[in-house]
Amino acid sequence: MAAIVSRMAQGSSNTAGTQAIYKQYTELFGTNKPMLEQFFIYVKNVIHGDFGLSFSQYPRTVAEVIKASIVWTIALQFPAIIAGWLIGNTLGALAAYIKKGFDKVLMPVSILVSNFPAFGMAVILMVVFGVYLRWFPTSGGYGFDLIPAFTWNFIWSVFVHYQLPFWSIVLITIGGQAIGMRSMSIYELNADYVKYSRFMGIKDRKIIGYVFRNAMLPQVTGLALSIGTMVGGALVAEIIFSYPGLGYTILNGVTGQDYPLISGVTLLITLMVLSATFLIEILYGFIDPRIKAAQSD
Amino acid sequence: MKYTIQQVFHSGKFLFGFIIFVGLLLITIIYPLIIRHPPLEIISQGTFFPPGIYVNVYDSISSPTYILLLNDAAVKRIASKLGDQERIDMQEWLLADGIPENEIEIQDTVKLLDLWEKNYDPTLRIAGMTYAKHMYYQRLNTSLHGILSTESAVIAGVNPQSGVLEESASVAQTDYVNIGEVPNVRVLPLGTDNFGRDVLTELVKALSVSLQIGFVAGTVATLIGLTLGLLAGYVGGTVDDIIMFFTNLFTVIPSIVLLILISFSIGQEHRGAFIISLVIGLTSWYWTTRAVRAQVISLRNRDHVNLSRLSGHSVAHIIVADILPYIASYVVMAFILQISSGILIEANLSILGLGPRTTEVPTLGLMMNWAMIYQAQILGKWWAYFPVIVTIAVITFSMNLMNTGLDHVFNPALRD
Repeated sequence: MAAIVSRMAQGSSNTAGTQAIYKQYTELFGTNKPMLEQFFIYVKNVIHGDFGLSFSQYPRTVAEVIKASIVWTIALQFPAIIAGWLIGNTLGALAAYIKKGFDKVLMPVSILVSNFPAFGMAVILMVVFGVYLRWFPTSGGYGFDLIPAFTWNFIWSVFVHYQLPFWSIVLITIGGQAIGMRSMSIYELNADYVKYSRFMGIKDRKIIGYVFRNAMLPQVTGLALSIGTMVGGALVAEIIFSYPGLGYTILNGVTGQDYPLISGVTLLITLMVLSATFLIEILYGFIDPRIKAAQSD
Repeated sequence: MKYTIQQVFHSGKFLFGFIIFVGLLLITIIYPLIIRHPPLEIISQGTFFPPGIYVNVYDSISSPTYILLLNDAAVKRIASKLGDQERIDMQEWLLADGIPENEIEIQDTVKLLDLWEKNYDPTLRIAGMTYAKHMYYQRLNTSLHGILSTESAVIAGVNPQSGVLEESASVAQTDYVNIGEVPNVRVLPLGTDNFGRDVLTELVKALSVSLQIGFVAGTVATLIGLTLGLLAGYVGGTVDDIIMFFTNLFTVIPSIVLLILISFSIGQEHRGAFIISLVIGLTSWYWTTRAVRAQVISLRNRDHVNLSRLSGHSVAHIIVADILPYIASYVVMAFILQISSGILIEANLSILGLGPRTTEVPTLGLMMNWAMIYQAQILGKWWAYFPVIVTIAVITFSMNLMNTGLDHVFNPALRD
């Protein structure tokens, strides 16, 4: 698909760099060959980790550009999404169990927060904590005056730059998860087995353990299904903070009309999301014994 | 049907969301009727004018003047040029110049200005002071010039014959004009944006375009999702397998990736608002398909459907008369969600620089994109981005409220 796309979108400028890339591309990808053959050549190259040269950052290969940015994205997004998911589920479960005041406050807030566009949350956090309070820097992955190295100075700078993008992703994830978990928990709390356990005189604490374990299951599936959307939102948050991850690389690719870069990055994001989904599916088997039981039948 | 609608409108959440939504819709319809400025007209020279009422200075000179004797006028006039910060800055300069601290009284305006005029020397560079600060003091000095004068300002025009300045009017400090009598007044409640366009007018237009994008995307996604879901669920067999194959394919590939690739390959020139909304619709139908299919499968073998089949009704008739009414509530809810997610997706795409092309219509995402590119958030120009974020949040909030309200009506298990 990426090969087709890079072929479909053609806008060229006559600089020496682009010429060289064109020449190299004709050889590398065989642009003079039929479409299907091209596609196989592309796939073969990709399997070998060769995405070709980047147009906008000419001497660098796409693989290099991606290698430089993927670490930032993984280190930012996965902890943030998991933290948001955990906090959101805990809050939702508490809202379902405690009800009353907590629920009354938490629910409207989560509905409002979950409706906030990802970039909106990022911008507001940035203005409040970055521009007015000046607690955190507003852009970049580390101080512009530093060279990546294992010094305390650098690590501290990375840590400080990490906070705003991290919390903006966490906050957005919390809202939706809390709402889902709350309705699942309410549903489970009214289930027959809960009433039965109450009549049996089983302790409340134990029942709650059962309830939340059951309510978690759809949430895990939900995470697997929505991780793609979440990554999309997180990419935009990266762009707002000029965080040197894949989102920012895509933006550079778009502004620089850099087809190889875009196809490489999108392919990689797809792979990341697919593997995350796969991991969650495997985890699901451990959490829910019924899945295993169904498979062994 | 009537009863259902009545019940829906009894739900507080739905009603609240519905009122907000209708309110926004009405604004997009009524506002352009009252204020007829073209939304993309560039009216200001320069970027990010703050919100306020802009009065033409030239016209206000020739407008009828009224004399108002207000006690605090002089105090306010001085305070606007000589605030607390300026006083502290002046003290700083004077201290650096070597004036002893006990001689400087920063709250006594007359004494402070007197001391300043005696000592300040624009050519003097104080050691350790940045050039910017040096220039700041020069500007401050100019603005303080004549601040305590009580005489009128003279307006002069050039005589076309002799080229000599001639006094045409003089403006006393007690002269006022009535804004209603000045012919050229422009109210910019949200200032201007980076191109110098009226933000409020642009925002209203952007809201209506974004709603249209959401509506088209939602309609396309719901129609495709519904059709495929009904086919897969009711017909089953090979058709089901093929449809589910594509649905699963779309589910696992993150839609943002598809959107990026498709909108990028469409190219900037061909990317209109309508095309973008079609693309969004074509990449977000799969949720509806999955859910509709699951519900249809559970409906397929109910007695009334079997009865209908035995009576020899056609497949189309069975689907329309016996299955659709049961999933209608779900489809409506999915449609509302698709609209709101369509608006969000458009905004996300625009931030990536892949939104509709910029020259024709504004959308909420494009306004956000431009504000970000011109760093409105760093420069503190809140009017360029904050109203946009609030608008997006309010739309999606109202739609989700409507959705939760519907959910409570149709899904009694959720009521508590």
